[in-house]
Amino acid sequence: MFPTPIEKSSRAVQISYQAFLPFALIVWLLPLIAVMIFSIRPAVDFTNGNYWGWPSSFEGFTNYGKVFFESAMPRYLMNSVLITVPTVIGTVALACMTGFALGVYKFKGNLLIFFMFIAGNFVPFQILMVPVRDLTVEMGLYNTKTGLVLFHIAFQTGFATLFMRNFIRALPFPLIEAARVEGVAEWRIFWYVVLPLMKPAIAAMAVLIFTFIWNDYFWAVVLTQGPESQPVTAGITSFNAQYRAAYHLMSAGSIVAALPPVAMFFLMQKHFIAGLTLGAVK
Amino acid sequence: MTASSDSHSPAQRGWYKRNEIAITPWLFLAPGVIFFFIYVVAPIWQSFGLSLYDWNGLGDVQTNGEYVGLENYNKLFGLNGERADRNFGISLSNNFKWLALYLLAIPGGLFIALFLNQTVPGIRLYKSLFFFPFVISQVVVGLVFSWFYLPNVGLLNVIIGWFGMESTNILGDRTWATYGIIAAGLWPQTAYCMILYLTGLNAVDPEQVEAARLDGAKGWKMLWYVIIPQLKPATFIAFVVTVIGALRSFDLVSIMTGGGPFGSTRVLSYYVFEKSLSERGLQYGYAAAIAVVLFLIMLVFISYFLWAMYQDEKGAR
Repeated sequence: MFPTPIEKSSRAVQISYQAFLPFALIVWLLPLIAVMIFSIRPAVDFTNGNYWGWPSSFEGFTNYGKVFFESAMPRYLMNSVLITVPTVIGTVALACMTGFALGVYKFKGNLLIFFMFIAGNFVPFQILMVPVRDLTVEMGLYNTKTGLVLFHIAFQTGFATLFMRNFIRALPFPLIEAARVEGVAEWRIFWYVVLPLMKPAIAAMAVLIFTFIWNDYFWAVVLTQGPESQPVTAGITSFNAQYRAAYHLMSAGSIVAALPPVAMFFLMQKHFIAGLTLGAVK
Repeated sequence: MTASSDSHSPAQRGWYKRNEIAITPWLFLAPGVIFFFIYVVAPIWQSFGLSLYDWNGLGDVQTNGEYVGLENYNKLFGLNGERADRNFGISLSNNFKWLALYLLAIPGGLFIALFLNQTVPGIRLYKSLFFFPFVISQVVVGLVFSWFYLPNVGLLNVIIGWFGMESTNILGDRTWATYGIIAAGLWPQTAYCMILYLTGLNAVDPEQVEAARLDGAKGWKMLWYVIIPQLKPATFIAFVVTVIGALRSFDLVSIMTGGGPFGSTRVLSYYVFEKSLSERGLQYGYAAAIAVVLFLIMLVFISYFLWAMYQDEKGAR
């Protein structure tokens, strides 16, 4: 193990390490902690210039209550859910199929298609922006959640295919061959042999794509406008415009907007990290 | 089975059965590939085409736009008697700043990973909390940092005030604003690199480490000659995601400064958006030309990534 395990060093080193940990964490998360403190302050603190002193009263419930009951925030949150969940389902479905095709079969063009997915996944969004927007307008889906979902599914399929294909590659191939010898149809092999083994990959993909899509801002701005279809990342800017300089509300709003992926991460940590670090270990 | 198979002509059924293994992958690929083609591959070509037109985004390019050949590119680079677009130059140089400084996330992430790679009580929670910034959307990161940087009252200025320094308005300063945004971007990016390296460190071969220790290697030497070579796959992925992240920087610029002050924090991705969809824009052909330049820069890296992955695939066979 590297660095040398701390248990092997002197008691003093061990204690100072453990004491330094929380300090380092606080420094690392300082900007975030600052916002959390902002979000429980009363408005009067900001007008009095008391930004960093002890809050004159605890207004956490009032501030978050305002965000939830007196602003368009719940609507944006709902839009985010309605955009994110179908995207996750669609992407995982498509990528299981493409990953199966590319991972199991040897055919001409296999690697080429695989590389097309990877390369497409890396392109700058801006080169897609105008054509995708025009396409969405033409289909009558501009400013709809469906328009956003369709694009997200298509784009995320690139990354998800990379993941699924490599995962399927690592499965024991004799299993598939045994099924073939038994005369099992190929689609049944997919459904009854491969898919059940892919559960961990599906879970990892689902949490990752959930986070990516929830946090998307660029496409939300390009393909939607207004509270009827905008997700929370885009909604927060209009929310902030509404409460300009009301830092207590803006920070409460930001924390609410950031929370779902955070919750997802803590609930599904193992899968999340497995997905993110795919390929980091050979 | 028998009843339903009667409706198929025996020849057709036989043909499918005989070619099942050849056809199945294409059936499975079709939906994904078609979708990807419509939304990703085709738009790239369309943007290339668009960059040869002068078009205000109304109606159809072919009818309402005017074909101008390479004129848009001439304007960008100041070729053929045109004056070079200064804003394009600023955006381009900012992109290189992003790229160079963003790479600091890799050693930064490694450093934190080494720091946290211990087994003390509660370390798992510490690792998760250190990773935290990556999970939050860039929009919120941008907001959080712009409040952190607030002149006079922002926490940063409060802290540097303790050391007797004068309050600065980082995001309002032409020279410093871009660096302020990059610092905000480095925060989640370093967290990502950290988690990659933590996973990598977990898989470092303990026997090699012990053997090296017996040979008297320790500290930096051990890190450089024994550990880092074993972390190569993690470093590769960290490099890929960091480069992509640097060139994709849009959210932070848009949230924190909107390209200002005086256009000093524009990057190519933001400039494309500004020239087309913002109210100052509506020059779609010109915006497409900028997007093409950004794409070509990215293509250099994409080619390298694919080449490296191809070498890997060959090795795996």
